[in-house]
Amino acid sequence: MTVAMDVVQLETDVLVIGSGAAGMMAALEAGKEGAGVILADRSLIGRSGATIMAQMTVAVALGSQTPDSWEHHLADTLAAGRELCDASLSQLVCEEGPRDILQLDEWKVGWARNDDGSIRQALAPGHDRPRCVYVDFLSTGPAVAKTLRGRVLRQKEVARIGDLYITDVLVTDGVATGAAGFSLADGRPVMVKAKAVVIATGGLTRLYQRNSASANMGGDGYALALRAGAELTDMEFVQFFPIGHLAPRLVGMDPIMWDPFRYKLGGRLLNAEMREFVNDYGNEEAGTYNVTRDRATFAILSEVKAGRGSPAGGAYLSFQHIPAETLRASFGPVIDRLAANGIDLTRMPIEVAPIAHYHMGGVKVDARMRTSVPGLFSCGEANGGSNGANRLSGNAITEAFVFGRTAGRTAALHARAAGNADAPVPAGALDLVSAVAPEHGENHAGLIAELQQVMSVDVGPFRTEDGLNKALAAIAVLKTRVGALPPGAPGPYNMARLDWFDLRTMLLVAEAVTRSALARKESRGAHQRDDFPAMDPAFVLHHTVKLAGDDIVLGRAPVEGHTLCEVA
Amino acid sequence: MRETATLIVRRGNAGEDAPTSSYEVPYTPGQSVLDGLRFVRAHLDATLSIRHSCISANTCKECMIIVDGKVDYACTARLEPREMVLEPLGNKAHLRDLVTEITPPDERMEHALKSGLGKVVAGA
Repeated sequence: MTVAMDVVQLETDVLVIGSGAAGMMAALEAGKEGAGVILADRSLIGRSGATIMAQMTVAVALGSQTPDSWEHHLADTLAAGRELCDASLSQLVCEEGPRDILQLDEWKVGWARNDDGSIRQALAPGHDRPRCVYVDFLSTGPAVAKTLRGRVLRQKEVARIGDLYITDVLVTDGVATGAAGFSLADGRPVMVKAKAVVIATGGLTRLYQRNSASANMGGDGYALALRAGAELTDMEFVQFFPIGHLAPRLVGMDPIMWDPFRYKLGGRLLNAEMREFVNDYGNEEAGTYNVTRDRATFAILSEVKAGRGSPAGGAYLSFQHIPAETLRASFGPVIDRLAANGIDLTRMPIEVAPIAHYHMGGVKVDARMRTSVPGLFSCGEANGGSNGANRLSGNAITEAFVFGRTAGRTAALHARAAGNADAPVPAGALDLVSAVAPEHGENHAGLIAELQQVMSVDVGPFRTEDGLNKALAAIAVLKTRVGALPPGAPGPYNMARLDWFDLRTMLLVAEAVTRSALARKESRGAHQRDDFPAMDPAFVLHHTVKLAGDDIVLGRAPVEGHTLCEVA
Repeated sequence: MRETATLIVRRGNAGEDAPTSSYEVPYTPGQSVLDGLRFVRAHLDATLSIRHSCISANTCKECMIIVDGKVDYACTARLEPREMVLEPLGNKAHLRDLVTEITPPDERMEHALKSGLGKVVAGA
């Protein structure tokens, strides 16, 4: 049932959903094109997504200290993607990335510099030369978020609305015409009429128990796109960050903080026998830490499976060979925060294990960020395609900039030309958000934890047909337990209802990941099948996902664009 | 015997009396108060409203509450095996349970409405 409630009706040219780097960049660019913009976020503007949690590197072929060109960056990106990159998207990132990095520099983000004043570039895994810019080894993301937020504040065309939870994109006659949702502060239903809608909601790592992103990254954009009629691609490729913190417990520190330590100081990955093992898996690491994330993840989990893992189920990461003064000189106050957590790196190794970190798959877009639904655009991590089967480190923020800017511009141009300002609102658009239902007797926060467990065990870095089928069965049971309506009544910050909407999204997205993984009967990049351990040339293709009614339908699409040899 | 932390949490909506709920949370060293609150939501009481975005990484700064009378981040305050009293911030408008209105004034819905971006209509 629904009750008579006040409804908030908003109107704008371009609605941008999500305010990480991609969303803020999209809003800035659309505003620059003269469009009126609403930049909406389910949490605080510029503070809630993955960007602010990014630690270190942004990959871009500036050539500021070592000669470089975007073609080299592209070759490395395509190699990491294991033949599955949509090269037109990868090329856009590599070719236009430098422009955005220099723009951010002009906006005083504070990229680290060499003594001669040039922007400093660090070597990161998978890159053939130093290519990654950073602000500080642990605070690149916060600096980027703060700088972009500062620019957004000054852009008068952009209205910012935080605590606005978008549940569905409105579609009229096959065209995106706005979005429906609710205001978290008071629970009021909200309808936004927009001539163009940009999805900038980030990834899906919240589907996994251990993840390095925020609680908002439950795949919102993928569900919004699917229900609007758009197509997703490559959903089976979930990137696990190899050395996520595992033990001992750390309070108030990011679980992926060890990467900068490793880049800067070296750090030995050891198994239970206190032996380095990464080279046992066909890698040649040789102290340079250039093994890509999929390979490092594979090596660590293989050791655990072979019974040579650390006590908590990962690998040891040791800095015991680094003198205390070097540690302190490199990471000053961080060393004290570690000490407060009982960790002395000169005396003990810590335990690390792969942690869900990024999603290569996502909304299928063309090089102008258009989805298959007119008026609906997508950018940043919400997009699939540019990273293929494995993302190169440092490419995430670059693509957030480039895709965000491109999406903002395309959306603004679309809005200028669009004639859908008076499109009728689809019937029932606000039924869910204004529904009043009895409490279910189910704890939806608990069901989310159950889903995270299912995904971690059976749809993690190692997969089998049995496991994936088990996960699908568990997802089906969870679907029946969720119920058809959000529990209780709309009200101020009602998290029980928020959980229901999150679960509705997460189950749909989890099923898309699992079905795509089941169909890919090979091992490639971040997708490893124990029952099909080799790469199979027959699978140089994209799995696509659409919705038909409530059912997920898988399709196949050819890989477009360059082959490696053309650009190398 | 297994140790527990007892979280005594101020509940209710804005303007209501302030009842408290008491939750027993299993304690292991190295947990944050946010870990305890997330345990409560998943296992004991999903109606408890809290606010956070990052999970104990102290980057989003959304989980600021009052812990034993002092303003603190739930994600950096350590959970301890004793009674801990948790309250919403006193200097921000109260929304529900531990959640207060921390959104900057010009990023709230009311501001958008005042700026002429839309209107409120009576629902059907």
